Amino acid sequence: MQQVFKRPVSLKDVQTHFCPGCHHGTIHRLVAEAMDEFGVQQRTIGVASVGCSVFLYGYFDIDVVEAPHGRAPAVATGVKRARPDSFVFTYQGDGDLAAIGTAEIIHAANRGEDITVIFVNNTTYGMTGGQMAPTTLVGQKTSTSPYGRNQAKDGAPIRMAELLTQLEGVAFAARVAVNNPRNLLDAKKQIKRAFRYQVEGKGFSFIEALSACPTNWGMNPIAANERVGGEMADYFKLGVYKDTAEF
Amino acid sequence: MGKIEIDELRCKGCGLCTIACPQKLLSLSEKINNLGYTPAEISDPSRCTGCALCAEICPDVAILAFKNKTVAHK
Amino acid sequence: MSKRLFVKGNEAIAMAAIEAGCRYYFGYPITPQSDIPEYLSRELPKLNGEFIQAESEIASINMLLGASATGVRAMTSSSSPGISLKQEGISYMAGAELPGVIVNISRSGPGLGGIDASQADYFQSVKGGGHGGYHIVVLAPSSVQEMYDLTMLAFDLADLYRMPAMILGDSVVGQMKEPLIANKRPQTELPVKDWVVRGKGVGEQRVVKSLFLGDGELEAHNNRLHDKYMLLSAREARWEEFETADAELVVAAFGSTARIAKTAIMQARQEGLKVGLLRPITLYPFPQRAFADLTRRCKRILDIELNNGQMVEDVRLSVARDAEVHFYGRPPGAGSLPTPEELLEQIKKHY
Repeated sequence: MQQVFKRPVSLKDVQTHFCPGCHHGTIHRLVAEAMDEFGVQQRTIGVASVGCSVFLYGYFDIDVVEAPHGRAPAVATGVKRARPDSFVFTYQGDGDLAAIGTAEIIHAANRGEDITVIFVNNTTYGMTGGQMAPTTLVGQKTSTSPYGRNQAKDGAPIRMAELLTQLEGVAFAARVAVNNPRNLLDAKKQIKRAFRYQVEGKGFSFIEALSACPTNWGMNPIAANERVGGEMADYFKLGVYKDTAEF
Repeated sequence: MGKIEIDELRCKGCGLCTIACPQKLLSLSEKINNLGYTPAEISDPSRCTGCALCAEICPDVAILAFKNKTVAHK
Repeated sequence: MSKRLFVKGNEAIAMAAIEAGCRYYFGYPITPQSDIPEYLSRELPKLNGEFIQAESEIASINMLLGASATGVRAMTSSSSPGISLKQEGISYMAGAELPGVIVNISRSGPGLGGIDASQADYFQSVKGGGHGGYHIVVLAPSSVQEMYDLTMLAFDLADLYRMPAMILGDSVVGQMKEPLIANKRPQTELPVKDWVVRGKGVGEQRVVKSLFLGDGELEAHNNRLHDKYMLLSAREARWEEFETADAELVVAAFGSTARIAKTAIMQARQEGLKVGLLRPITLYPFPQRAFADLTRRCKRILDIELNNGQMVEDVRLSVARDAEVHFYGRPPGAGSLPTPEELLEQIKKHY
């Protein structure tokens, strides 16, 4: 028999700290697979952000720089400009990218930095204990929106993929999910496409991956997984928003 | 035609594989692993097609999948 | 190169950065330091370098962090309110032991304050302006020549000790023109940067980080940083002494204020008063030994600053126990720069 599924080489053979049913592990693996496919592991410099994704260096067998909260796109800019032959990606959560780091992501994207951004949207601040995020859905109860997100007071959740698509500097933007085999296989395809943009020097590529956070949503993993394909995907529509290259 | 290997020590018992398997062969076991989770187990291995969807959806890379070569080329 | 040029202090910093091998600059416009990004935006592209006008000071310092993590020499510059914004990144750089040069052509505050010369950023510069307890190298030039020479030194010290280094000036030394000899970069033996991220290749993974969660890990890290600061203090304190040998009163002042004080001291000497100057060149590490040694003999210090008293705290901690430390300061703002005559009056008062 032939092995049809194995652990990517770029992903360390270790247990993660992620909670059961959290999609970070899956998204990590898809990113590692893309790294393997393009053979970029040895020249990759990852930029870790603050949140559950901070332990990037614990899971990927690559060089990593840790960025302050929200600043990963600025750090990645410095890395890529100084080492243009390296493959540079950031891996950021929604609080990091869509709240405290809004200026950094918008301007790195607008400059068309030749980097890849993996943005994991789970509608909450996971590591700090489930507070309201910029992507928290209207009505969603969190530890800082105990009565549910109130659009009149808190605004509506930010759709980052759509927002960034407006910028000239963005070459590729897609929103994906890994909640079922079909979405997952498409996510794999789009992450690889995002990587290809950088490999071929075609500019800024952006992946928004919807993720479950069973622990902070107060759901079991199966129910949380269903929410991703349900009310989350209803508001955050999956799809490729921008795809400017010919390949 | 197919085979999977579940690493019971890595499995966190999230159960996502149980909904991914087209044959509905996977379920969470009654026993508890060293992490305190109830790992996934396969009920009727002979019916596994080696489609690897369980492995794909597993957030913990706790499943490896194998497939008969002839089937793989079909 | 021995040709004398006539340049602005801010330009001297930019020229020195290039001579020191810096090819990466990240900044955001703010008065009174914009000559630095303007100069580098013109010159760095010619040298295959990178100039980025970032969206904020926060982004600039983090670009510096990223570039520095790859091992290149890189720089940012700003002025007081912008330096406040950079403190987050400076703390992370200190934590991750990243070199990098930060220029503060400081202005008056607090808040938006004004654009006039100020020394009110002494505390924020030397006491670890961000969170977590750390230090950075702080150099205080008082002439255009020093703006140039100390910028090159800042790059060397940053690399030698793997820590950020700051040039702390103000609009007096930044905006004035003076003759400059554009010296060659000093031949310093620098450590190999075997910690930089570069893409692991077939080697071991490298991580540049400031997160240490393991039991005892962070405490050990902080103790190691502390040892480094002690080593820095022992080796790298720099100061200038002027007419101190027979002085009955020594003025302590740094940067732009030291220039004015020097004129006042020369006037005092003409009137027969034995007055000298001790000018810290490194504000961190503070030249404690210089003050301790001097005050074994001379028991009167007059500390003069363009603020309501910041460096004077370090002076008091450094002098001999029986020395008197007096203070004269003007908080910064339009019209608050003291004249030599005003300082002479203070010298006479405390002589």
